Amino acid sequence: MKYKFLPHTADIIFEAYGKTLESLFENSALALEEIMVDIKTLETKEHYEISLKTNSIENLLYDFLSELIFVKDTEGLLFNKFDVVISHKNKVYEIFARCEGDFINRETQDLHDDAKAITMHEFEIIKEEDKWKAKVLVDI
Amino acid sequence: MSNIPKDTKQIEEAVWEIPTSFKQGMNVPARIYATKKLLETMDPGVFDQVTNVACLPGIQKAALCMPDGHWGYGFPIGGVAAMDAETGVISPGGIGFDINCGMRLVTTNLTIKDVQPKLKELVNTFFQTVPSGVGCKGFVKINNQQFNNVMEEGVKWCVENNYGWQKDLERIESNGRIDWADSSKVSQKARQRGIDQLGTLGSGNHYLEIQHVKPENIIDKDIARKFGIFPDQIVIMFHCGSRGFGHQVATDYLKIFENVMQREKIKILDKELSCAPFSSKEGQDYYKAMACAANMAFANRQVILHRIREGFEKIFKTKAEDMEMHCVYDVAHNLARLQEFKIDGKKKKLVVHRKGATLCQGPGNSEVSKLYRDIGSPVIIGGSMETGSYLLVGTEKADNETFSSTAHGSGRTMSRHQAKKEFRGDQLQKEMEQRGIYVKSGSMSGLAEEAGSAYKEINDVIDALAKAGISKPVTKLIPIGNVK
Repeated sequence: MKYKFLPHTADIIFEAYGKTLESLFENSALALEEIMVDIKTLETKEHYEISLKTNSIENLLYDFLSELIFVKDTEGLLFNKFDVVISHKNKVYEIFARCEGDFINRETQDLHDDAKAITMHEFEIIKEEDKWKAKVLVDI
Repeated sequence: MSNIPKDTKQIEEAVWEIPTSFKQGMNVPARIYATKKLLETMDPGVFDQVTNVACLPGIQKAALCMPDGHWGYGFPIGGVAAMDAETGVISPGGIGFDINCGMRLVTTNLTIKDVQPKLKELVNTFFQTVPSGVGCKGFVKINNQQFNNVMEEGVKWCVENNYGWQKDLERIESNGRIDWADSSKVSQKARQRGIDQLGTLGSGNHYLEIQHVKPENIIDKDIARKFGIFPDQIVIMFHCGSRGFGHQVATDYLKIFENVMQREKIKILDKELSCAPFSSKEGQDYYKAMACAANMAFANRQVILHRIREGFEKIFKTKAEDMEMHCVYDVAHNLARLQEFKIDGKKKKLVVHRKGATLCQGPGNSEVSKLYRDIGSPVIIGGSMETGSYLLVGTEKADNETFSSTAHGSGRTMSRHQAKKEFRGDQLQKEMEQRGIYVKSGSMSGLAEEAGSAYKEINDVIDALAKAGISKPVTKLIPIGNVK
C-alpha cells in the first residue's frame, strides 16, 4: 500500500508508506494529489521540477508538500507521477523532485477538494523496521 | 458512548465547564456552550483541544467552545480564546489557515414566485461567473501595487474600482477594512498565490446559495424587518475566505513562530498551537499580515457580490439597485482582534481569537455599525446545503460572557472520508433536486462530503445559542439553489 486516508471530522489525514525515504516522499505527494483529483483521470504530459533544502527530514517533507500546493495555485498544475532524490550532509537535507502531470481542467478531470495547507497537527515521520511511515493532516 | 470528561460541570442550562484540574498546565477552565444533546455527541478531540488552548500563556477567564464545536487542529473549530495583549500570545492556529473565512448575506425584493422559473439559469450562471473548486482563478486582473491596495484597503478598494456600492461599506464588519494591515509583512509566496484569486469561492464547505425566507421560519418579525427580510423573499448567502493567500500567510508565520517559541521558551501541547507573544515583533508582524489576508477576504466577498448583482441584472433585466440587492451583513468567523473587555471589573485589552466563531455584539455596543447599533450585530450562521442556515442577532450576554462571540455553522459530525463512503455526489444531487434544491458542483465527491447528514442538526446549534442567550435567532433560511 502506498498510502491510506484516516478519519478526521473537518479535514483530511493521510498515512503514506515507503521502503525508502524517496518512495515515502513520492507516495506522500501522490496522497496529497489524490485529495485534489482522481489521479487516474489526470494525463501525464507536463513536468515541473522542485528542489528544496532545510534542516530536518520532517521539515523537508512539510516544505515539499507545501510547495506542491503552491504550484497548484500559481501554475495550475496537478501531478500523478513523482521521481524524488533525497540527500543529506551536515544536517542539511535536500530534495530534488521531478513531478509529472497536467494543468487543472474540470471538464476532463475528476476533481476533489482543494488542498490549501499542510498542518503540523500530529505531523510525523517514523521508521518502522524496513519501512518509513508519514502522517499528515491537510487543511482543505 | 459519551466522550465528556468526568469532571465536567454544568453551570447553566447550555453552559458546561471543565475545571483546571482536568489537565496539567491549564491556566483557566474550559467552557463549552452546548445543550446536553450536543455535548454528548462532540468529538473527544474537542475536549482535548479546548483544554490545550486553556494552557496558552496569557489566556483570560476561560477557553471557550461554541455549540458547533468540532475536532480541528490546534484549536477546536468553534474555539474562542482571549489573550492579555501585554502578557499573552497570538496563535495562527487560533484563527485558522483560512483567515477571515466568513459569511455574507444579500437581500433582493424578489419573491420565490419571481425566482423559481429562473432558478436553474441563476445557478448555472453563478457556477460560471463565481469560480469554485481546485485551483480556481478569478476574473479581476490586478498588478502588485493594486494587490497592496487590496490588502490594506479591502472593500474600499473594490468600491473605488466599481465592484460595489458606497453603502455596502457600513454593512460589513469593520466597514470591510481592517486598518492595521501592512502589506510589507506579507511574503512574496503569499502574493503569488493570492493575486489572481479575487472573486473565487474555493472548495470544501464553501458555497453560494439562493435561499427562500419561508413565512413560518421568521422568528423575530421586528428585527427581520430591520434587517430587510420579509416573508417569501429570496436572499443570497455565500461562504468563503482569503483562499490560498490567507493559507500562505498562516503557513509562513507558523514557521517563523517555531523559532520565536524556542527563544521565548514557550511550551505548547500541540505543534499547531504555535504562537508568539502578541507584543513581540513577530507577533505584531503576523497581526498585520493577518489583517492583509482579512482585507483580501472582505474584497473577495465584495467582488463575488458584484458578480451576483451582474447575474441577477442579466437574468431579470432589472438594475440591482431596483432589485434592492443590499448586503445585510458580512461577518468573519476566522479572525483575531484587539478588543477591550472587563476582566474582574477592570477594562483590559485582549487579543480575541475566533476560529470558527463569529463576532457577535449586542445592542448599544459602540463597535457595531451605526445602521444596526440599536439592535445588535447581525450574525450569519451557515448550515449544510440540505438543511438551511440562520440569521441571528448579537446580545449583551455575548458581550459580557463570550468576548462577543458565537457559533459559525452546523459543525461536522462525520469525516469527509466516511461521508464519501456513505453518499454518492450524483445521487445526492438528484435527490436534492427532487426536494427543490438545485445544486451544481465541479466535484461530485466534494458534493458527497457536504451531505446534510455529515453535519450536526443546525436547529440544535441554534437552540443551544438561544438557550445560552449568546445570540437571538431572527430567521431560518432554506436553500433552493447552491453552487459549490
